[in-house]
Amino acid sequence: MLIALVGFVLCAMRVGTVTGEDALTVARPWVPFLGVDFAFRLDGLSMVFALLVTGAGFFVALYAQAYFKGHPDRGRFFLFFGMFMVAMLGLVLADDLLLMFVFWELTTASSFMLIGFSHDLEKARASARQALLVTGAGGLALLAGVVLLGNAAGTWRISEIIASGDLIRQHEHYIPILVLVFAGAFTKSAQFPFHFWLPNAMAAPTPVSAYLHSATMVKGGIYLLARLHPTLAGTPEWAWTLTVVGAITAVWGAVLSVRATDLKVALAWTTVMALGTLTLFLGSEAQIGLAAAITFLLVHALYKCALFLVVGNLDHEAGTREVGLLGGLRRAMPWTAASAFVAALSMSGFPPFLGFLGKELKYEGALAVASEPWLAAGAAVLANALMVAMAGVLAIRPFFGPKGATPREAHEAPFPMLAGPLAMGALGLALGLMPPIVGAGLIAPAVQAMVPESVDLTFAMFHGITAPLLLSVLTVTLGVIAYRLRDKLRRVIDAFVGALPITGDGSYRRVVGWIADGAEGLTRILQTGRLRTYLASSFAVIAATLAYVLLRNGLPPLDLDASGVPFHKWGVVALIAAGVVTVLLAKTRLVAVCALGLVGAGVALIFVLYGAPDVAITQLMVDILVVAILGLVLPRLPRYEAADGTKRRFRLVDATIATAFGLVMATLLLGVASVGVDREITAFYEANSVPGALGRNIVNVILVDFRAFDTMGEVVVLAVAGLAAWALLARPKEDEA
Amino acid sequence: MALPLALLVGLLFGVAAYLMLGRNFVRYLFGLVCLGTAANLLLFVAGGLTPAEPAIIPEGMSVPDEVVANALPQALILTAIVISFALLAFALVLAVRAYRDLGTVDTDLMRAAEPPAGEGNPEAET
Repeated sequence: MLIALVGFVLCAMRVGTVTGEDALTVARPWVPFLGVDFAFRLDGLSMVFALLVTGAGFFVALYAQAYFKGHPDRGRFFLFFGMFMVAMLGLVLADDLLLMFVFWELTTASSFMLIGFSHDLEKARASARQALLVTGAGGLALLAGVVLLGNAAGTWRISEIIASGDLIRQHEHYIPILVLVFAGAFTKSAQFPFHFWLPNAMAAPTPVSAYLHSATMVKGGIYLLARLHPTLAGTPEWAWTLTVVGAITAVWGAVLSVRATDLKVALAWTTVMALGTLTLFLGSEAQIGLAAAITFLLVHALYKCALFLVVGNLDHEAGTREVGLLGGLRRAMPWTAASAFVAALSMSGFPPFLGFLGKELKYEGALAVASEPWLAAGAAVLANALMVAMAGVLAIRPFFGPKGATPREAHEAPFPMLAGPLAMGALGLALGLMPPIVGAGLIAPAVQAMVPESVDLTFAMFHGITAPLLLSVLTVTLGVIAYRLRDKLRRVIDAFVGALPITGDGSYRRVVGWIADGAEGLTRILQTGRLRTYLASSFAVIAATLAYVLLRNGLPPLDLDASGVPFHKWGVVALIAAGVVTVLLAKTRLVAVCALGLVGAGVALIFVLYGAPDVAITQLMVDILVVAILGLVLPRLPRYEAADGTKRRFRLVDATIATAFGLVMATLLLGVASVGVDREITAFYEANSVPGALGRNIVNVILVDFRAFDTMGEVVVLAVAGLAAWALLARPKEDEA
Repeated sequence: MALPLALLVGLLFGVAAYLMLGRNFVRYLFGLVCLGTAANLLLFVAGGLTPAEPAIIPEGMSVPDEVVANALPQALILTAIVISFALLAFALVLAVRAYRDLGTVDTDLMRAAEPPAGEGNPEAET
């Protein structure tokens, strides 16, 4: 909370001083070999956002102190809240594309923790997951876009990229960059068709919603669009996409907000509407349109934060957020009512509030939208009229009229929970009363950050009888009508929405369902639970990879000359081969075990022939042990038939895999043996055995001295195997236990 | 001598793979023994075949006075022999235990941990 206050004061002290070249810049190298710097820059645009982040952060934190009084997870909340705020602040201040992306992802991660704060509720978990998946997927797209953009511009520094707008616009990757950046911004800022996650994020505690909706998270996408405006804007693709998507989002959000009966849900949809409006205006290049966007951003943050906190008060003190149950609370909660009323007036854009200024600018800006002025203006009027109606629902319904049947006897909220809504409501009024100061101090510098030429804007409450003023009158009239007819309107919209074949939420669920089904199907294919499948794929993969490597690198000339092999050595090899074939073909287990013994003994003979008496002795002893133990244990297992019931077709496949495996291993070994061996390491042991370890048998010295730890590990393996075997045999049978 | 031994190692590997791929767990065990032997022999041949003296330094000398057998692969194989023996012993006990509990040595019928699709978890059913 203190951080927020300090940050706010620090930012506020700089208001008006950071225009143009005077931007405050700090940079430290971070990942030098990638050219990524820990660079921050505070200019007019960042200033507006930074003020919102810290200012709203302060009041929401104050509010949360009271809201979570006595809550067991209070510490956890403030940890994530602080992280969220810092991430958002970093996002709007970063001057390095990749650094900005890191903060972008941090807001996604921390909002996931905040939305899912009430982790014992299934709905909270599902909503948090949804927000994470949607914004996370957008984040991935953004990463790709950011990398493309950085490559196209040849730098990660945002301030330099901004300066090279023409280069980017003519770059061959302009369209991919645009699409990817849009994907990131639209998911983050809940633009149609990704709008559905935001209302679901209502599962979060009220302070989180207030913060997330007013100043952070969803404004991230808007900030990104505004930040990259000088680089990417000015093409028909940019203008049309933003205008159309923004208009659809604005109208659709406004329509759905009328439908909601839960005040918090209604507010959430109005946020969607506001975000749509902001996107719409960022599509334009006219200064007035951008000024409208920035002003509305400010307006919206102030009233949205205040209203969310008001609804939180209602929820906290009256026990419900259902609009039908609330009524006549103005006596019980006078201060809450007052702040709701002030915020709602700003929301519906009555003079002399800041909202009026914002609305006038919006209409002026909408008429200046190059691509389609009447589409923009029409969408703005429709959305705003519904906003007026919603403002009525929020500020009039709960506080006036007959007393509602609230679950709890309502009383006024404590001071910390009033400070935020009151301050923000008052700010909406105060800033509205001094348009020139706001315009020159905040709006103009922000616009300046987006357009190259010098900004020439006049901010005044009353411009005379102009088209925007007439549109305002029309808006209010329509809004009042809509408020009067709201129940009828709600029924119509309900019927309309119910008839829609596709909804964002439904599609999301379907896609997530597909992924889950696909994962299950894939697991079923890969994990059959049959030992045969696992082994077959392992052997086949080993054989195939080795064969690939051998063929790709080419085989060395193979030493195929066996003419000098003496007769007795051929005899030993033939003996072992016969034993192996017998194991394969044996009809009874006894024959197979005897043949295994023969193989082992034959291998021991080979060891003797080639100067390895120690190995030969060990091999022989182990061979005897194997035969003896197999002979002892096999009577406890059923007799076997050589044909084990596997289908012939499968056995053919097995035989093919086994043959391929054997062939590859033989070729590999022949290749290795033909190249000859590097005895450098052996030479070390030979030279050091006597001086270093006072041993004359080099093999033994290696085992007990140079590689003694290996041998100890080996002993441990033996011990563990013995223990495990003992545990297996000692455990009683399942049904006897 | 490399050619016959390489062919022998290939045969051992092939037979080991074929035996392990069958459904009978007893044959799998025989395959395991063959696989261990094949691996040891592979190491041995790859370490260079010297039809020579064992790697022992005669009295009174500090290094071998002639070319002796390569000691390094021998040391590796000694470890490998013992480890594969431990593995075999454990697998054998596992087979006995599985037969006692499940009444079969057919690995296709051992499905307690990964039940076939549609049957669900047997533990959940009981």
